[in-house]
Amino acid sequence: MATKNRLLCCFLVLTGFQTYWHRSCYVAIKPIRKPIMTTSQTTSDLPVASQAKMFRHGLILCLFCLGFGLLLAITDEITLDDINARAVEDKQSSLSQVLPDDIHDNNPVTDTLAMTNAEGKELTVYRARKNGQVTGVAYEIFGSGYAGEMKLMMGIDADGKLLGVRVLAHKETPGLGDKIEAKKGPWIERFTGLSVGNPPMERWKVKKDGGDFDQFAGATITPRAVLKAIRSGLEFFAENKTSLTKGD
Amino acid sequence: MANGNYKTIMKDGLWDNNGVFSMLLGMCPSMAMTTSATNGFGMGLATAVVMAASSYLVAVFRNRITTEVRIPVYILIVAAMVTVVDLGMNAWMHELYKVLGLFIPLIVSNCLPLARLEAFAAKQPPFPAFLDGLFMGLGFTIALTVIGAVREIIGSGTLFADASLLLGPSFKAIELRLLPADMGVLMMILPPGGFIVTGLLVVGKRLLDLRAGKEIQMAGAHAV
Repeated sequence: MATKNRLLCCFLVLTGFQTYWHRSCYVAIKPIRKPIMTTSQTTSDLPVASQAKMFRHGLILCLFCLGFGLLLAITDEITLDDINARAVEDKQSSLSQVLPDDIHDNNPVTDTLAMTNAEGKELTVYRARKNGQVTGVAYEIFGSGYAGEMKLMMGIDADGKLLGVRVLAHKETPGLGDKIEAKKGPWIERFTGLSVGNPPMERWKVKKDGGDFDQFAGATITPRAVLKAIRSGLEFFAENKTSLTKGD
Repeated sequence: MANGNYKTIMKDGLWDNNGVFSMLLGMCPSMAMTTSATNGFGMGLATAVVMAASSYLVAVFRNRITTEVRIPVYILIVAAMVTVVDLGMNAWMHELYKVLGLFIPLIVSNCLPLARLEAFAAKQPPFPAFLDGLFMGLGFTIALTVIGAVREIIGSGTLFADASLLLGPSFKAIELRLLPADMGVLMMILPPGGFIVTGLLVVGKRLLDLRAGKEIQMAGAHAV
């Protein structure tokens, strides 16, 4: 974020200079291209006047870019710490929904592990510990919903039991598919306490497909995608259980 | 419009020359952000802040900005104001930012601020320009809130849902459920609903103006 803003400021300042420079060059070569110019007017004294004018336009634009570039740089500097603090708080609050407070005495936001999931995607695993022992982990899982990719956060304890699943971002239809959000309905809470054998793996499907979980009226693809994402998340845990829970 | 006639400026912004219902400008956020009254209200307020600030700045510098480079300078000023609001909101009004954050950058692409800078702020002293920006922005807020309210009532059966996220917990009381949850007409929340509601509201506004015996102002024809 910060780097992006600094780059933007530099870009603005450079754009100002570039325009300034470009205008001067254009003025410099303009007399050579005189024949193309309109001859009906008093062309003899036109270049001098327009030269000065163009120089001025370039200078004005440059100064404005400099001034506002500076304003942006200052704003960025002032807000930087607060914005970073807010980002950490956001992460914390989304993690606290899937890693209950009473299972850890550390800060899972800073206790991370870099992994790669089955699709080869980089994954950050957040670890909850009590007295140094890993009691649970949380990581992002991905599903492909009705209208695009959805991102969920899944928390699972050291024995493989789900601590909770929450949707972080999705593009599903408002009013139909968005019931997967915890604030729009209790559907997503159904998964808490379940694990790989409970229910059996072949029943981790929506009822329409012969499984145990409700679909929504008018939206089957969305819950199906969530279930698929959770299944893959459970499999990821099963495959990497030792490295996820050993805690070093 | 008389110079310095503040009452006219206010009335123009709020009703007579309303950015959405009369000039039909700023349609992008008017469609995208009005799935609920709360969203429309928040987007409108953010736009009002940006418009007031950029109108003021353009008016301050109006004699320094030459005609040839005015458009890039206006866009630069609007974009800088949007970035300042975006960063400030992210840092100090984070709950609001989580609701609106995605849409703040859309203000740059909104042609309403640019239209007011060009038509008004570039020719007026700073204070009237500030007032024009502010009230055009507030008129925009009213329009977006009304469109949002109509779409929300028909589409999801609620009014001002999540207003407490935007305005603080004391506004929990204005969150209403008017229809049972499954009664909503989904189309109203989807893009076509935005066009239908906006169109009907434009017609409604013109009927009201006709009844009041006012001349109908054609879209965008009312330059200063």
